[in-house]
Amino acid sequence: MSLTVDSVAKKFGRFPALNGASFVAPQGGFVSLLGPSGSGKTTLLRILGGLEFADSGSVRFADLNWLDMPARTRNAGFVFQQYALFKHMTVADNIAFGLKVRPRNRRPSSADIHKRVTELLDLVQLSGLEARYPSQLSGGQRQRVALARALAIEPRMLLLDEPFGALDAKVRKELRTDLRRIHDHAGVTTVFVTHDQEEAFAVADLVAVMKDGRIEQYGAPADVRRNPKTAFVSEFLSA
Amino acid sequence: MKKRFLKPTEDPLWLRLFLGAVAIAFIAILLLLPLALVFKEAFANGIGAFWTAIKEPDTLASVRLSLIAAGIAVPLNMVFGIAAAWCITKYDFPGKTFLVTLIDLPFSVSPVVAGLIYVLVFGAQGWFGRSLADNNIHILFAVPGIVLATIFVTFPFVARELIPLMADQGRDEEEAAATLGATGFQTFLRVTLPNIKWGLLYGVLLCNARALGEFGAVSVVSGHIRGVTNTMPLHVQLLYDNYDYPGAFTVAALLAMLALLTLALKSLLEWRYADELAAAHRH
Repeated sequence: MSLTVDSVAKKFGRFPALNGASFVAPQGGFVSLLGPSGSGKTTLLRILGGLEFADSGSVRFADLNWLDMPARTRNAGFVFQQYALFKHMTVADNIAFGLKVRPRNRRPSSADIHKRVTELLDLVQLSGLEARYPSQLSGGQRQRVALARALAIEPRMLLLDEPFGALDAKVRKELRTDLRRIHDHAGVTTVFVTHDQEEAFAVADLVAVMKDGRIEQYGAPADVRRNPKTAFVSEFLSA
Repeated sequence: MKKRFLKPTEDPLWLRLFLGAVAIAFIAILLLLPLALVFKEAFANGIGAFWTAIKEPDTLASVRLSLIAAGIAVPLNMVFGIAAAWCITKYDFPGKTFLVTLIDLPFSVSPVVAGLIYVLVFGAQGWFGRSLADNNIHILFAVPGIVLATIFVTFPFVARELIPLMADQGRDEEEAAATLGATGFQTFLRVTLPNIKWGLLYGVLLCNARALGEFGAVSVVSGHIRGVTNTMPLHVQLLYDNYDYPGAFTVAALLAMLALLTLALKSLLEWRYADELAAAHRH
């Protein structure tokens, strides 16, 4: 039931975004992809979410040939840096979206959907804001809604693309503590992209430091910090 | 006494008055005066004469034909426009710039040329002329030709309105919908369409105005058969050429009223949904 990423490569035109990235994460693990811009971390995450297609390589997750499945059936919650909330829907409708679009035989009743939305609002500490529209929320609140929306589908995997990149330092810290709490509560395998090493080390069980489309070093935060394997990693961590 | 300075963006009073007067004179002479004259001539013999002129069977036939042509062309171009804007803004593929250029083609080609294209394709000496005639199918000098010419000329309106709007909104929401398990159709219906609905309505209004008013392309393919293949603009010309000035101005006034109605609806939309429309015109 683990996540195995094996030699995933991807080119955009002639530019190689990923040059064979590999890592293994245990079921329920929390992995941070850390690296400077252009290192391929977002591309790798989008491939895991089914939003980009790999040129070669494979991903296995819970005995599934992950890359052969369309994004729609992967059941992987995705949180975007710019929130990507549905502007014309209330907070409650945003969170309920993934449940409402299910085929009729798997769709919960509207009472159950309402109950689930209330629970999730409580989990992300936004109770009472269900009737607001995204434009009436602060950045931090929007990202909480996006997180609740991704969790509503009871995802097999949670993918976060620099989710706190657009927020100020105080809100970032609050949200990452909450994210860790929610992860531990739901036990869902999580991959988290960031260029902020402090954030990566604080929140994840495993950190993959990326450079030029490859994973330079992969391990527990303490190990990576203590024994940087390459000059790039030690330089990046001391920056 | 404190001296009053001009703000950096402020012009002297005389210049502002002068520019304002020029603009007003321009609009009055070129736009308002002709429009007023059309209505004055149409109602010159009173409202009764206006109604009699409209109830003329050939005039009614031209109104009906114009409404049929617009009624077919506008919904089709709405669908084509959404499809074109969707694939241009939501997908990357080679030849995309070329496709955008093609969509603009009806704007850059003279309507007469557009009409001639159909003559070359469907005319008696055209590519399909012989086989169409053998099967007794009439496209040129008949309603289908008029509809085709109208579709061609009004094709860009909806697509042109939607492309910048949808490009501005990006693909984030559609991607989010996909990761949440929505099918392509659900995504379109629940996410994309609500985001573009006002831009779409705006494009459809413009498309409709042009479809009703199109003269050049339709003139080439119509054949000008009175009461059969004359649209309203063509009928105006026919009446005018036959020295039936009251009749010509009556139909012209009717066309102008339709245009003013479109303009009023457009202004209403712009006033009510200024923010959403602003996004469409940022580019």
